[in-house]
Amino acid sequence: MTEVDTSADFRSYYGKPVLKEPVWKVPDVPAYLYMGGLAGSSSTMALLAELTGRPTLARNGRITAAVGATASVVALVHDLGRPTRFLNMLRVFKPTSPLSVGSWILAPFSALAGAAAASDVTGYLPTLGRLSAGVAGVIAPAMTTYTAVLLSDTAVPAWHEMHRELPFVFAGSAVASAGGMGMITTPVAQAGPARRMAVAGSALELAATERIHRREGIVGEVYEKGRAGKVLRMAKALTVAGAATALLAGRSRTIAVASGLCLTVAGVATRYGVFAAGRVSARDPRYTIVPQRERKSAEERLGAMD
Amino acid sequence: MTDNRLSGPLADPAGDAGYPADHPERVGFFTDTSVCIGCKACEVACKQWNLLPEDGVELTGMSYDNTGALGASTWRHVAFIEQHVENGSAAATAPESVDLGMPGMGPSGGDGSVRWLMSSDVCKHCTHAACLDVCPTGALFRTEYGTVVVQDDVCNGCGYCVPACPYGVIDIRPGDGGAFKCTMCYDRQGAGLAPACATACPTESIQYGPLEELRERAAARVDELHAQGVTEARLYGHEPDDGVGGDGAFFLLLDEPEVYGLPPDPVVTTRDLPSMWRCAAAAAATGAALVAGCFLGRKK
Repeated sequence: MTEVDTSADFRSYYGKPVLKEPVWKVPDVPAYLYMGGLAGSSSTMALLAELTGRPTLARNGRITAAVGATASVVALVHDLGRPTRFLNMLRVFKPTSPLSVGSWILAPFSALAGAAAASDVTGYLPTLGRLSAGVAGVIAPAMTTYTAVLLSDTAVPAWHEMHRELPFVFAGSAVASAGGMGMITTPVAQAGPARRMAVAGSALELAATERIHRREGIVGEVYEKGRAGKVLRMAKALTVAGAATALLAGRSRTIAVASGLCLTVAGVATRYGVFAAGRVSARDPRYTIVPQRERKSAEERLGAMD
Repeated sequence: MTDNRLSGPLADPAGDAGYPADHPERVGFFTDTSVCIGCKACEVACKQWNLLPEDGVELTGMSYDNTGALGASTWRHVAFIEQHVENGSAAATAPESVDLGMPGMGPSGGDGSVRWLMSSDVCKHCTHAACLDVCPTGALFRTEYGTVVVQDDVCNGCGYCVPACPYGVIDIRPGDGGAFKCTMCYDRQGAGLAPACATACPTESIQYGPLEELRERAAARVDELHAQGVTEARLYGHEPDDGVGGDGAFFLLLDEPEVYGLPPDPVVTTRDLPSMWRCAAAAAATGAALVAGCFLGRKK
C-alpha cells in the first residue's frame, strides 16, 4: 500500500484517524446523558405540579428525578471505574472543564433530588423535603443541557460543529422524556401537563434535530449514515409517534403508557445516536481533515486578496 | 477572564498559569523532518527514559511504520510516508541524492520515482492546550517551562482529555486507566538536560531549546531549503496566531500536514466554550419555559 489518497480532495496518513476516539463506554455514557436529562426535567415538573396542586404528579416526578439522578451518578462512576473517582471530580472547580462544572451540578442536584424523594415517600422531615425539592427544581434546567456542552467541548467534529444545536436537542428530549415518564406513572386526571410536555418537548427536539440535518458541510453526514443514522431515524419516528399518541392520552391510561414508552425509547436512542455519530466522526480522518482544509483554503484566499 | 486565556496569541503561558516573573523561559521542540532518517532512536530513547510499557509486537502492513500513532505508551512516533513523485516535479528533482547501492523499495518500473517522508511526531505542548483546559481534576498542568504535563497520581481516568486534543495525542493506558502523554522529559529539564528523544537523535532532526530561538532557527532553515529549490518545505505549528496559539513543539514538513497525520488547521476546543455555555443556558431556559407553559391554563 502506498500513500493513501482515497479521493482527489482528501489526503491522510494511510487513512488513519487524526483524532483519538472517545474512550467513554457504551452504555454508561449514553445512559448518563439520558438519565441526567430525564431527572432534570422531572424535577422541574414535580416542583410546578406541587405548586399547582397535583400531588401525585409531584411525587412521581420527584421519584423519577431521584432515580434518574442516582442512575446518572452510578453510570458516571461505572465509567470512571471507582466511586472515589467521582469524589475526586469535586476536588477542584474548573470553569473551563464542562465535566467539572457538570459534576458540581450533578452532585448537589442528585443529593437534593434524593432527599426530596426520600422525604416524600417516608413522610419524614416534610419541610426540609419540600425545600430540597424546590432548590433541586431550580438547578434542574442546568441538568438537561450541560451534557451537550460536555460533548461539544471536544475536537470530535460531529459534536463540536453542532455546539449550537445539541443543547436544544437535549433540552427538548429531556422535556419529552419527563413528560413521557409522568404519563406512565401518573393517572390521566393529573397528567395533563405531562402530556403537554411530551408534545412540546418533542417539537423542540425535532426542530433542533432538523437544524443539524440542514447544516452545510460534510460533518452532518455522520448523523444520517450508518448505524448512528439508523438509530437517529428510529428516535425521530418514536418521538413523532410518542407526541402524536400523547395528544390522545387523556382518554386512556393504556395509550398514555404506550406514548410514554415511545418517548422513553426515543430519548435513549437520541443520546445513543448522537454519541455514536461523534465516534464515527472521530474515527474517520475525512471529517477532521476536509472541513479544516476548506477553512484554511478560504482563509488563504482571503489573505491573498488583501 | 480575558479572551486569550482560552485562545489566541499568548506571550507567556507559564506566567499566565501563575508562575512568578523569574520562571525559566519557554522551551520546545523543533522537529526538522527534512533530515529525519526514520531510525526511531527517539521512540526508543523515550520509551527507555520514561519506562513506558511496550505496545506489542505487531506489523501494521501499511508501511515500515509499525507503531501507527502516538498513544499512552508511545510519546514519540516516527511516520513513514512512501510517495510516488512524477519525474520532473520539484520533489523529484530538488534534492541531490547519492546512490549508495541500497536495495530498492516500492514498485519497480513506471514513470517517476519514490521519495520517503519521515517525521517524528510528538505532543505539541500547545499554548492553549485543550487537554489541560477540560481536565476536571487538575491532573494536567502547565509547567514553569510552558509545557503541559499529566500528574498520574491525580488523574481520574475520566478520558475527557482524549477527544479534546485536536491532534489526537493523549490517550488512556488500558489496564492502568490513567491518561499519559509526552512530558518533554520534565524530570530531565529540571536537571538542565535535554529530553531523551532530542539527545538520542543522530541527525539533529529533533532540536530542543528556548522556543523563540528555535523559531528563528526554523525560519532560517526554511529559507535555506527554499534557496536549494525545496519549495515544498514549510513550517507547521510555529505561528502564535493559529488555532491553538502556537505549538511548543513545531515541525518543518515537506508536504501538507494531513499527509503526516496532522490536522491542517487545528483549533483549541475551548475557544468556543463561552458560546457553548450561552447556547446551553438558552436551551435550558427554553426547556424550563416549555415545562412552565405546560402548567398554565385550565387545570386538568
